[in-house]
Amino acid sequence: MWKWLTTLYHRLASPKWFYQISGLWLPWFAVVSLLFIGAGLIWGLAYAPMDYQQGNSFRIIYVHVPAAFLAQSIYVMMALAGVVLLVWKIKMADVVAQSLAPVGASMTFIALVTGAIWGVPTWGTWWMWDARLTSMLILFFLYLGVIALREALKPQDTAAKACALMAIVGVINIPIIKYSVDWWYTLHQPATFTLTEKPAMPASMWVPLLLMVIGFYAFLGWSLLLRARAEVLRREHKSGWVKDLLQRK
Amino acid sequence: MNKTAATFCRLKAKKSNLPSQGSVFLAALAREGRLQVRRRGDLLNPLVFFALVVVLFPLGISPTEEILAPVAPGVLWVAALLAVLMSLDALFRPDLMDGSLEQQQLSGYSLAALAMAKLAVHWLLTSLPLILLSPFLGIMLYLPWEAQGVLLLSLLLGSLALSLVGGIGAALTAGLGKSGVLMTLLVLPFYIPVLIFGTGAMQTAISGGNALPHLALLGALAALALTLAPWAIAAGLRITLSGE
Repeated sequence: MWKWLTTLYHRLASPKWFYQISGLWLPWFAVVSLLFIGAGLIWGLAYAPMDYQQGNSFRIIYVHVPAAFLAQSIYVMMALAGVVLLVWKIKMADVVAQSLAPVGASMTFIALVTGAIWGVPTWGTWWMWDARLTSMLILFFLYLGVIALREALKPQDTAAKACALMAIVGVINIPIIKYSVDWWYTLHQPATFTLTEKPAMPASMWVPLLLMVIGFYAFLGWSLLLRARAEVLRREHKSGWVKDLLQRK
Repeated sequence: MNKTAATFCRLKAKKSNLPSQGSVFLAALAREGRLQVRRRGDLLNPLVFFALVVVLFPLGISPTEEILAPVAPGVLWVAALLAVLMSLDALFRPDLMDGSLEQQQLSGYSLAALAMAKLAVHWLLTSLPLILLSPFLGIMLYLPWEAQGVLLLSLLLGSLALSLVGGIGAALTAGLGKSGVLMTLLVLPFYIPVLIFGTGAMQTAISGGNALPHLALLGALAALALTLAPWAIAAGLRITLSGE
């Protein structure tokens, strides 16, 4: 098993092999993500019971929570890809990191927007300087910083290594930022509102949420592969196999 | 290839009687001091920037004591933070342009230590005057007297972390002609914890509490930055040099 994994890992480092194998994986990710997101949405929006305090407005959780999950884990994945690039000099890791950044930024944006929309019925305001909202906003800026760095630096090799370093520095800092913001919030917390303790969710509420989370992760795999494949073709456009591929089409 | 050259030089340094790492560090300090003192404009500009930003707030919000005094810690800290960030922008660029940075990398001595010499001198000549200026600006913002000491202490500890973390951004963007906005975008999110604990210390001091826990956390941030940032700065410089 271990040997199989390491072989897979080494093979994925080859752009050509990555392109071929990802073409086989792509439909599976697409099917799983569509299936799970579809089922989760219908179940969550139409059949899950109403929250006894928040009514129907709680249903936005089925988009908000998976997006927030992805927003945080994609940054960690980006940093891991950065480690792979800097330690093993595997260039495919940078293709992955580059493809992850915009997906992560948009997930963070979705989490922020749905959080703001959710805030209107529950808090009565679009924006609260809530600790979680604030650290999500900072995460959004971290994503934008990495994307901007890649845009600005030339050549591609330098940009790749710089983004990897930036993502690693960011991952070390995210817990520090998170805890400092939490503490700042408890110091400054306005007395006007307290988020009521959430009751333990019944299964009919959390199962669709779980489906949505799985669906979102599959969607991440799907969009990541699509982006990475396009990027591989762009980077390898001078190599023989890409030319063959284009001629066959 | 650079790496093998550096290893070769290190081996050579061991054999012959080349200066030790310590004496090279001292020489780098002296060189940085001379270079930075000669660029007088770059030393003064952050101070003027700091004062100017602080002056904007009474004009923009209100000149009355009831409104200014409560926001004074935040205004002073944000202005100081931006001034430090701006001053760091050109930290490595001149050395990259004239090639001395590449020579430092090839010398076989620790690039992290050489970068630290640069940052130390920069902190001494830019951040320290900024900190000494801050109480006067505090008076102008009606900052309560009991917070003045904490202002000095928190800036003293916080500016260490600010300089070190900002150095990473400066190292990565040194190869760009102008990087002011990009560097801000990269580094500012990492400044947020320093800002929170810095203003937190001052606000507890104003409300009569004990500011020591906040100051201790600022010190912890500075210590953490001091242990990790040099390696990140050196890695950033190597990345920048590899792109030249």
